[in-house]
Amino acid sequence: MIGDYALLLIGAVLVNNFVLVQFLGLCPFMGVSNKLETAMGMSAATTFVLTLASVCSYLTYNYLLEPLGLTYLRTISFILVIAVVVQFTEMVVRKSSPLLHRVLGVYLPLITTNCAVLGVALLNINKAHSFTQSLFYGFGAAVGFSLALILFAAMRERLAVADIPEPFQGAAIGMITAGLASLAFMGFAGLV
Amino acid sequence: MWAFIDNYPLLAALLALLALGVIFGALLGFASVKFRTEGNPLAEQINDILPQTQCGQCGYPGCRPYAEAIAGGDAINKCPPGGEETIQALANLLDVEPEPLDAEHGVEKAPMVAYIREDECIGCTKCIQACPVDAILGAAKQMHTVIGSECTGCELCIEPCPVDCIDMVLRKSGIEHWQWPLPAPRQTGLDIIASDREQAA
Repeated sequence: MIGDYALLLIGAVLVNNFVLVQFLGLCPFMGVSNKLETAMGMSAATTFVLTLASVCSYLTYNYLLEPLGLTYLRTISFILVIAVVVQFTEMVVRKSSPLLHRVLGVYLPLITTNCAVLGVALLNINKAHSFTQSLFYGFGAAVGFSLALILFAAMRERLAVADIPEPFQGAAIGMITAGLASLAFMGFAGLV
Repeated sequence: MWAFIDNYPLLAALLALLALGVIFGALLGFASVKFRTEGNPLAEQINDILPQTQCGQCGYPGCRPYAEAIAGGDAINKCPPGGEETIQALANLLDVEPEPLDAEHGVEKAPMVAYIREDECIGCTKCIQACPVDAILGAAKQMHTVIGSECTGCELCIEPCPVDCIDMVLRKSGIEHWQWPLPAPRQTGLDIIASDREQAA
């Protein structure tokens, strides 16, 4: 039983890493990976929202859409759920921890459009996950996203001071690095 | 209910989405009331760290405005009365690197207190108006004096004095000048001098 959840978690973090293997959530992956500090802020915010949104969309699907036979409305409903979760999180964080709000503040609204969040919600339905499985899958996806983002940000900080040939400078070397990181993560496919 | 949904699937879909929207809208509306933040809570915390001299050496009209400026991203090293200690505390709170005091705004000095040479005072009340913490007592054409425990040593009273009878003297510290802490005010809400307001807050 516990082994199943551990497998699900490792599967979501490493084997089916959302960014580097499934290519979801690439916008923040390229966008906020210039500095390690902002990457960490973004990771923390995304972890929180992704886990919560995964569970909430599971509840919406199984207790509202499924009984009414409205499963074709899942995409639009999930977007609604995600937007509400993000907004709610922002309010709670602003009240409870002003400092955390200062760190996460600018990234929270960005998460609404992070396709990894919607991706996890939809994959939960496709794979017919239970409630706990959805929770673990969402959390695993978030940890995988954070891992990829932080690793990539650390690499880009080094690339910023490296002697790179002129045609490869800036975004180009970033893309190449992401591709190599993705290749490396493909190696985890034999793990499970 | 089920027959209705079977007959009008489109209407049912609309109703379901509407219900979802109303529920989430109500949730967010409730949250915005429940988690309302008064002012800026971060500025509040910063203001508690600042020394409350209200001296204006940072370039802002007091400690509160400077706290709000820091919360908005201003540098933390503009407070000479607070000195190294305040910068360190601010750096800890905001999780940033502590920087040395910005010399442009003044240098850190030992705690000072204003002292009026009472023989020379002509009772012009100009220093009373300048004092940001109401630490000077006196009336027109009467001799003035400084309440030592209220004075923050901001030096704002020196400039307006027409007869230059105000000195800054070193605030005495050490075991010989130690005093028992004052008892807490009996009535809360008593609001006579500046420190009453601080305790009430």
